[in-house]
Amino acid sequence: MGTGTGLGRVRGLGSAKSGTHHWWLQRVTAAANLILMIWFVVSIVRLPVVDHQAVVLWLKSPLVAVPLVLLVLSTFWHFRLGLQVFIEDYVHEEGNKVAALLLLNAYVFLCGALCVFSILKIAFGGVPA
Amino acid sequence: MLVSILHRATGTAMAIGGGVIFTWWLVSAAMSADAYNIFYHWIVQSDASSTHEGLQAVVNILAKLVGIGLTWSLFQHMASGVRHFVLDTGAGYELKTNRMGALLTIAFSITATLMVWAILLTTGKLI
Repeated sequence: MGTGTGLGRVRGLGSAKSGTHHWWLQRVTAAANLILMIWFVVSIVRLPVVDHQAVVLWLKSPLVAVPLVLLVLSTFWHFRLGLQVFIEDYVHEEGNKVAALLLLNAYVFLCGALCVFSILKIAFGGVPA
Repeated sequence: MLVSILHRATGTAMAIGGGVIFTWWLVSAAMSADAYNIFYHWIVQSDASSTHEGLQAVVNILAKLVGIGLTWSLFQHMASGVRHFVLDTGAGYELKTNRMGALLTIAFSITATLMVWAILLTTGKLI
């Protein structure tokens, strides 16, 4: 230690240890979210009713199921990146931070997988309308 | 300053509150009509034949308030996210421009939320 440039000595010592890739993916998923969420809000507003039959029939179209799967992947990925920064900024004790990050991963993977499976089950005709 | 912390707060609210409600909605739709109706009667419209009708009606009102809050969160986060894209290019840091951009995100989010909920509540879909 003690040799090298000032930047070289501190690089990787922030609360997150690294960052460029994380920062970039947050922008990529943000751009996807922007387009997909506008589509989603417009679609929901345009549905005449939101009862079970209407939602099942709506989700059977490939032009609904595929964008919705992409929306789930992009938003839950963005959730994970965003909440990770939130935890790194506010949870200072190392053990608690690791526990919170594990819980975050469990949450996004569980909910994301449930959503994708549910969309596909309906889209493939697994649910009677 | 305000818009910066709002970005974080609205993002966290959507990730946790929005994520859970959205997942419940899709999973219940994929399970059965009965499972979906549990979601529907508690969140959207109470069931007149249920013994929980009164409680459901109260939860329906709370759910609409949460829904309005999440809609505003979405539009506020979306607008300040687009503002972040502009700031990422190195533009918009002059004090006046910066302040105007921040105020525009709030004007957009309130306007868009009012428009969406005006449509949802007047078309009778949620009543």
